[in-house]
Amino acid sequence: MQFPTSCSPFTPSNNSVQRIMFHVIAALLPAIAVQFWFFGFSILMQICLAIGTALLTEALCLTARKRDIVSALSDGSALLTALLIAIAIPSIAPWWVVITGTLFAILIAKHIYGGLGYNPFNPAMAAYVFLLISFPLQMTQWQSPFAFLDFSNAFQLIFSEQIAFDGTTSATVLDLTKTQLHLGQNLANIQQQALFGFIADKNRELINLAYLLGGLFLLHKKIIHWAIPTAVILGLLIPASIAYSIDNSLYSSPTFHLMAGATLCCAFFIATDPVTASSSKKGRLIYGLLIGSLIYCIRTWGGYPDAAAFAVLLANLSAPSIDYYLKGK
Amino acid sequence: MFDFLWRKKTASFTGGIILDGHKHVSKIITPPIAKELVYPLFLASNRYAKSCVKIGDYVKKGQVIATPDSPLSTPIHAASSGTITAIEKRLIAHPSGLAENCIILQTDGLETVLEAEPCLDYQQQNREFLREKIHLAGIVGLGGAAFPTAKKLNNSQPIHTLIINAAECEPYISCDESLAIRSAKNIIQGTLIIQHILQTARCIIAIEDSKPEAYAALLSAIKTTDIQIQKVPSIYPAGGEKQLIQAITGQKIPAQKLIFESGFICQNIATSFAIYQAIILGMPLTERVITVTGAGIKQAQNLQAKIGTPIKDLVQACQGYTNHAEQLIMGGPMMGIALASDDIAIIKTSNCLLIEPLKQADTQPCIRCGDCAEVCPSELLPQQLYWYSRSQEWDNCTDYQLADCIECGCCDVVCPSKIPLVQAFRIAKAEITQKHRQTEQAALAKERFENQQHRKLRIAQEKAQQLAKRKAAIEKMKAAAAQRKLN
Repeated sequence: MQFPTSCSPFTPSNNSVQRIMFHVIAALLPAIAVQFWFFGFSILMQICLAIGTALLTEALCLTARKRDIVSALSDGSALLTALLIAIAIPSIAPWWVVITGTLFAILIAKHIYGGLGYNPFNPAMAAYVFLLISFPLQMTQWQSPFAFLDFSNAFQLIFSEQIAFDGTTSATVLDLTKTQLHLGQNLANIQQQALFGFIADKNRELINLAYLLGGLFLLHKKIIHWAIPTAVILGLLIPASIAYSIDNSLYSSPTFHLMAGATLCCAFFIATDPVTASSSKKGRLIYGLLIGSLIYCIRTWGGYPDAAAFAVLLANLSAPSIDYYLKGK
Repeated sequence: MFDFLWRKKTASFTGGIILDGHKHVSKIITPPIAKELVYPLFLASNRYAKSCVKIGDYVKKGQVIATPDSPLSTPIHAASSGTITAIEKRLIAHPSGLAENCIILQTDGLETVLEAEPCLDYQQQNREFLREKIHLAGIVGLGGAAFPTAKKLNNSQPIHTLIINAAECEPYISCDESLAIRSAKNIIQGTLIIQHILQTARCIIAIEDSKPEAYAALLSAIKTTDIQIQKVPSIYPAGGEKQLIQAITGQKIPAQKLIFESGFICQNIATSFAIYQAIILGMPLTERVITVTGAGIKQAQNLQAKIGTPIKDLVQACQGYTNHAEQLIMGGPMMGIALASDDIAIIKTSNCLLIEPLKQADTQPCIRCGDCAEVCPSELLPQQLYWYSRSQEWDNCTDYQLADCIECGCCDVVCPSKIPLVQAFRIAKAEITQKHRQTEQAALAKERFENQQHRKLRIAQEKAQQLAKRKAAIEKMKAAAAQRKLN
């Protein structure tokens, strides 16, 4: 009897890109559910728009590059990018914002560089920064924690850009803190305002806890490595604690930094993207610390209220150098 | 406290993965004698044996049919009695599907045995005598490397620890385990002979903790000796020499260093048994235990097979193929070689025949997850090495210690993108060897050329000097003649 020959090992791989991507997507679901609970249908519409655009763009890019469409589409990477964009941008941003962003992420940030595995920048974060610079107005109007949008309200807001009722938009607490501190206000007074919940944004801090939950699930399933999230959080908490202990009327508390903005989402879902992160053991720690401390620096002294996207892109840029210089014998 | 966050469970050596065992330990069955036995004259890499029989010769069981051709070759013995019918090219068990000259022995089923020369008082014999006997019995390392055992036991440096490797870490293979259960006493006798030859103080049998029956058998067999037995965790590749040493002694053998330089020697448990047979029974190595297993075989079992038996005869002895017989692997699923035909005969190092359905997976781009680096037992960066091998940056491959890769296949198994990493590394290694050879040849040619130039120059100089001398002599003579004339 004749047999085909190939090279060892003959044990099939017990892991797949698909498995990784869909675990990450599953881990995002609690946060999406909480957001839906507090904020209504707007988030679902953003997600649908993003996913539709992402899959379509991905299919077109793959066709143009003469790649196998089915296997690449089913790996879940485009889906994950779409989800991350949808949850990163303000949920009441007009429809064209999320579509432009997703188009940018898949076409420019991913396929121009050679597709999955070859992109130097996290596509979702590259898209976020692109949107923030191009459409600053739309990208800084966040849905107010007091505004629950039912389907028709959300639809009107996103598709015809008509505000259904007053008070749909508000600033985030990071934004608020920044502007009020500029006006010479005391932190203690600022935190008395209605936008604050227990520690940071009312209701949004619970979404962030859901990110933490998803992140712990990914750690437990060994989809992500503990080094990067730990380092991101430490990189943020260490400078925050130092500054806070020096002057707690000027510098926000470390717990505030942890629970506000995109910290937890970034630590567990963005910074851990293996393609754009450092891959060596020590490299991951340095990479994470870099993101955490950059977030703190930009939040405290930079021009933007939140900084996760900028911090991640800057760290993406340095990841190859980190790995190169850490190469041991 | 955060231990559970690490990918790898605590292991006693670096890297490695936990694999499903798939081991069916069975009694060792003796299959019927095959009609035809096939003995390739090719032994391993560039080592050959030379046929010492002619077509038509009648040979007895245990008779030498091929003699060593080089210092690292070993003799081949007939595993049964019969007539030599041909010496011709046949497919052999080689990853490249080579055809090499083979001695074909038509068996007569009588098993006429050549008279054995047992040596029961081995403790009174000197080491050279025993080594020669092992060499003449044709014993090679039965774990897979096929290195001549007599050469390995000829240590130039003192060996402080002898390790008998019974780890058998690859899935599916259970030949060593069943051998240990059947012949624990004889294995220990063989081990004592090795210990006597090497004069080592310490001897440890290393066995995976997933083999309680074999462990118990060996434990009761070592009672009256000072041999120790130690369990190692069932983590692949615990049976790799360096991994095994790290697992049982905690000592890490540095990369690019051979284990005997650190005073260790590893022998496979089946080799130990073969040495017992060679010395105590006076029998050469003509048979071994082999596992025939996989979803493609009707009855998976361990066979006491004659070396040289074509695979199809062993499959027959296991009730034949099932519908899932789509690929034939000699060795284990991690490091074995795929064979093109079941006409190929088993050789001394064949420990397993694995017949499995084909498992193909589409390769996706690398997402740099780094899992490969976590499981690499040699602590390499397979992902980096893969980039460099693909872009043919051989110098960078060497820089990243490609030579230390033991080709265990752990990286392939954990790769989410299903990239054939080991295959890429094998190609890169071959290319680098090729390049080395070319550089060496170029250097040699350059040296020759330079020597030639030097020689030419020297000859020219010598000629010039001689000419000058002669000219001077002539001038002198002329001057002298002129002088005489003047006078």
